[in-house]
Amino acid sequence: MDIVVCVKQIPDVTDAELDVNKDGTGIDTEDLETDINEWDNYAVEDAVRLKEALGGKVTVITLGDEDSEDVLRHALAMGADKAILIDEGGFAFSDALGIAKGLHGVVKDLDFDLLMTGVQSSDEGWGQVGLILAELLGLPYASLVVGVEPGDGQATVLRELENNTQEKVTLPLPAVLTVQTGINVPRYVSIMGIQKVRKIEIKEIDAGDLGLEPDEIGAEGSSVASIRLSLPPVGEGAEILEGSMAQICDKTAQIIRDKGGVA
Amino acid sequence: MGEILILAEHRDSEIRDITFEMLTLANRLGEENNLTVTALFPGYGVSALAGSLKGACDRVLVMEAPELENYNADTYLAVLEGLIRERKPALTVIGHTAQGMDLAPALAIRSGVPLVTDCVDVILKGETMDVQRQIYSGKIQADLVMKPSETYLITLRPGCFPGGSEQGKSADMESLSPPEWTGLRRQFVEYLEAELEDVDITAADILVSVGRGIGKMENIPVVEAFANAIGATLSCSRPVADKEWLPKSRQVGTSGKTVKPKVYIALGISGAFQHQAGMKNADTVIAVNTDPKAPIFNVAHYGIVGEILQVVPELTERFKKE
Ligand SMILES: Cc1cc2nc3c(=O)[nH]c(=O)nc-3n(C[C@H](O)[C@H](O)[C@H](O)COP(=O)(O)OP(=O)(O)OC[C@H]3O[C@@H](n4cnc5c(N)ncnc54)[C@H](O)[C@@H]3O)c2cc1C
Ligand SMILES: Nc1ncnc2c1ncn2[C@@H]1O[C@H](COP(=O)(O)O)[C@@H](O)[C@H]1O
Repeated sequence: MDIVVCVKQIPDVTDAELDVNKDGTGIDTEDLETDINEWDNYAVEDAVRLKEALGGKVTVITLGDEDSEDVLRHALAMGADKAILIDEGGFAFSDALGIAKGLHGVVKDLDFDLLMTGVQSSDEGWGQVGLILAELLGLPYASLVVGVEPGDGQATVLRELENNTQEKVTLPLPAVLTVQTGINVPRYVSIMGIQKVRKIEIKEIDAGDLGLEPDEIGAEGSSVASIRLSLPPVGEGAEILEGSMAQICDKTAQIIRDKGGVA
Repeated sequence: MGEILILAEHRDSEIRDITFEMLTLANRLGEENNLTVTALFPGYGVSALAGSLKGACDRVLVMEAPELENYNADTYLAVLEGLIRERKPALTVIGHTAQGMDLAPALAIRSGVPLVTDCVDVILKGETMDVQRQIYSGKIQADLVMKPSETYLITLRPGCFPGGSEQGKSADMESLSPPEWTGLRRQFVEYLEAELEDVDITAADILVSVGRGIGKMENIPVVEAFANAIGATLSCSRPVADKEWLPKSRQVGTSGKTVKPKVYIALGISGAFQHQAGMKNADTVIAVNTDPKAPIFNVAHYGIVGEILQVVPELTERFKKE
């Protein structure tokens, strides 16, 4: 079972206070750590598990800047075999379709049984790239995947729906899956693990190699004319309890007693 | 007169809330732009169910076929591509739900329509459209101006507009015949409901709910002790269930459970919309979070800006019986 996985490097914003950059088109990222997009980590883990069970190769691809090598090394350390880096030059201000075109340029020439992406990227959250790729490749697909069982020329796949419900579907292979968190518990990647894969060669490609015209990607190829980012307005919001820790806890305990009927 | 098309969503003979939320938005945009609002209702044996949209749009198109009994990307792609090409709606609205997220991206490519996913608001002005999104887990608002287009496609985030089946309309019901099915690849097999569970969090009066801010599994006993002290049930956000720190049956949110306790205490939960959807109707919400800008404070009634591991043990003390 040969599997290709698209992985994206994202700024880790969980515990950060964000600021919008001067022209309002992006956020200040200097102080932010980078990480593998949460969903992609689950996708790589699932691909590696399928390979471990059934044999085959796992190839990981990213479209990003030089630093995105880190996300590829992370995936290699998890057990991926090959890595490809598409240089983001020319892709600035691409919409999801522009990014998908870049990835498609590489993926279309690869042999695989499954192409996996994350459900969505945690920064932009389009939830589009994987399914656009499927359509550009003319392949069947399933999104929000929480289980995969490959069979003879097909895969049985569990999709997550609302309210604790799942849907079982079958797809002929090759197929595209967008992987949802919780499908597995991804293995831990240590610094030692990264060290071990540091010599694996990463293939580098750019938009020119893919024969993409400048007007197909980037701002020109995007359906978005302009974007303005801002910090969301603070709503009505909560009454923030102030004072010393002891006072705050006294107040909170009283609220719990009053509202919850706790003795 | 042009139109706005929405894709009605239903499952197990029930219309999903998002359907009426989309109609609320569509009716507003329709009024502002002099467009009629059409709901497409695909399914099998659904004409009576489709009738319940009568008061909320101008036209209901019912398309019935055995192949449409359950949602399937391939059949829905065929139906919607045909309809969009034929009717050229100024805007097509699909829910940002498990169904709509699955359908919209491929549909956009197949029908050549520009797509914006997970919109929280939309302004349509003739052949231009502005949309609002939330990115970076709700920490940043993004206002997009789209390039002019004859027809747009969006997915709408659930919970952004009120619903309601009576919106002062009286729709014509039309039935459409399904297209010829070719190239169907994916097959629906069955729905699977969650297995039997240890506790039912929807029955609890007080929920102590723990999020990724708890840091590691070893810290769970701290919140467990607190829950025990106040007689609460323990629930969680998705990452805590994903990491298997607590069972999946404890997860609150769109893909977990919807809860409505008297008191909901959110510890280290940022308040993503998928989480809020499951708890925003709690009578009283208390949130503890180190980030004063965490979106959870927008739905909480009381907030404590602080560390779980400092606040919770001290709070637990308050309920210790002498
Ligand atoms: C299709 C789909 C369905 C989903 N369904 C659900 C669902 O049903 N339920 C759900 O919850 N999510 C769901 N999600 C995920 C959701 O988008 C968020 O990723 C998730 O809710 C985040 O969980 P969290 O708030 O625990 O973690 P984070 O967003 O990582 O937030 C952690 C919070 O803890 C705070 N914190 C950190 N350290 C401390 C500390 N020491 N003390 C106090 N606070 C601290 C941080 O400031 C932060 O606000 C779904 C996502 C998708 C795509
Ligand atoms: N720049 C990128 N490089 C590689 N994969 C990407 C990139 N952007 C998005 N993806 C993949 O597409 C998925 C969905 O992303 P998005 O459509 O941006 O929400 C991600 O989880 C990744 O697997």
